[in-house]
Amino acid sequence: MVSLRARLRQVPPLGWQVGLLALAILLPLPLNDYYRSVLWRTGIYAILGLSLNIIVGYAGLFQLGHAAFYALGAYTSALLNLHFDVPLVLTWPVSILVAAVFGYLISRPILHLRGDYLCIVTIAFGEVVRLALVNNIFGITGGANGLSGMDQTVIFGLTLRSPLHHYYLVLFFLVLTLVAVRRLENSRLGRAWMYVREDEMAAEAMGVDTTRAKLLAFVLGSGWAGLAGALYVARIPVVSPDLARFIESVVMFCIVVLGGTGSIPGVFVGTLGMITLPEIFRFLKTWRDAWMGGAMVAMMIARPEGLWPSRRIRMEIREEE
Amino acid sequence: MQQLLQQLINGITIGSFYALVALGYTMVYGVLKMINFAHGGLFMWGAYIGLSGLSFLIARLGHGGPVIMAPVAVIVMMTIALFGVLIERVAYRPLRSAGRLAPVISALGAAFILESLARNLYGASWKTYPPGLVPTGRIVLLENVRISGMQVLVLAVSFLLMAALYLFVYRTRIGTAMRAVSLDHEVSRLMGIDVDRIIATVFLIGPGLGGLAGMIVGLYYGSFDFTLGWVFGLKAFISAILGGIGNIPGAMLGGMILGIIETLGAGYVSPQWKDVIAYVILILILIFRPTGLLGERVAEKL
Repeated sequence: MVSLRARLRQVPPLGWQVGLLALAILLPLPLNDYYRSVLWRTGIYAILGLSLNIIVGYAGLFQLGHAAFYALGAYTSALLNLHFDVPLVLTWPVSILVAAVFGYLISRPILHLRGDYLCIVTIAFGEVVRLALVNNIFGITGGANGLSGMDQTVIFGLTLRSPLHHYYLVLFFLVLTLVAVRRLENSRLGRAWMYVREDEMAAEAMGVDTTRAKLLAFVLGSGWAGLAGALYVARIPVVSPDLARFIESVVMFCIVVLGGTGSIPGVFVGTLGMITLPEIFRFLKTWRDAWMGGAMVAMMIARPEGLWPSRRIRMEIREEE
Repeated sequence: MQQLLQQLINGITIGSFYALVALGYTMVYGVLKMINFAHGGLFMWGAYIGLSGLSFLIARLGHGGPVIMAPVAVIVMMTIALFGVLIERVAYRPLRSAGRLAPVISALGAAFILESLARNLYGASWKTYPPGLVPTGRIVLLENVRISGMQVLVLAVSFLLMAALYLFVYRTRIGTAMRAVSLDHEVSRLMGIDVDRIIATVFLIGPGLGGLAGMIVGLYYGSFDFTLGWVFGLKAFISAILGGIGNIPGAMLGGMILGIIETLGAGYVSPQWKDVIAYVILILILIFRPTGLLGERVAEKL
């Protein structure tokens, strides 16, 4: 009975989970600091991908301005540390809160828009946030150069110095995120999201509060992106409006879509393709956008459900043909 | 008062760039109900190909002059139109029955390919158009209100093209077929319209106009880089929404209005915030009047 339920919910067996975690812990040990940094970046973007997956994958809302919330989280953490000397660790919950509140304020008036229109408005919001940061809004964001000189991260008296420390910090939050999204996916709210994604009218007719479901997707996804921004500041003591660039949002969007929207393993496949591989093959860097674009086109034609789709979505897409 | 008039002239000039590019968005949206994100990239390629063409001709002839702009403009329009048709054939046509998310992503992908190609083939640095092609004189209308030769050229070309397009869409058989296809693919097919050919025609005209706009923008501002398509593309898209997407006169009107608002915003509020003003307008329209000024309802529930 347990195994049947586990299979229905696509939970990997316990052995696999332990094995993967052990691999994630041991993997950086034989590597040098450069590759440890690559792993750290992979972890940050996996968290961002999982957070965006709530909005794009579960609730089916096209969010192409996700980087704005990443930047908001990073700036919140940096500003609190610089102006009020708050230890970085204590700024993290505030970063989540600020990004979530902005997520609420921004999404509330645009929830009635559908598909590509929502996508355009989110692009515009993302650009407004970036330009506000560039224009040094309220005189606190430091303009195009951004802010720098934040403290080092200290957790329980331990100062995080090496890339390895930061990798483990991000890994901890990544595992936390995984547990959270896995539980969300199968919760009442998660089912409501998928219902809204598939057929909003029918969902409403069945008594799902679609507005609330969509809002919660935005708020949770945005807040979690804020955490990723704070984790970025935990290691890199420089923030700039570049964090909110449109291309960053697109990379996050591609992470979700290339792996398969709504699929948790898909987010990891997407992160591998969009972040890890381009970092390792640095010499191909200038052509990264072209290969990204080619992959997007080819993918939509050949395998619209993504490389590692969730079973539910694959069935939905293939059924329509 | 005179300052206001001058700002209006500048605004209409910029607005006519937006209008030319917005026409491409709105025509494609009309027939396919999708946002052609690659359009900005095509526009940017118009600027690059115009630059190459002009430089080539100047090198060959040993001198430049207004006359060489015409053949280059034709080449630019033809090349970009071919790009447009190619993209439609490869990236959009296979997805025509695949829902709404797939074409959007495919279009974004095509946009990245265009941008990356430009960046790698031409380099990431700023490119400068050869000077001295357009007469630099200014016509003095009032004491402080002047219109430059460049502006006269821009306005003449874009109004001519827009008038031609308007007549084409509303007075010819192909134009009528285009409007039919934008209403209903199936019924158009039953009426004997070759829908695929009409869509290909749209992808010939829209990018053709956009490519020419790219060349004119390059001449007007003098220099540009590979990010041009993204900035202008978004502004042009805002124009299309402002006028009511899918509506051809709407795109022209929307472009003019956005150009004027932006210039006035830069002149009277703050030049740093002019892009923000444009984006805020977009957001407000989509929230309060998603039909745009002349269009039909877009936030429909299907």
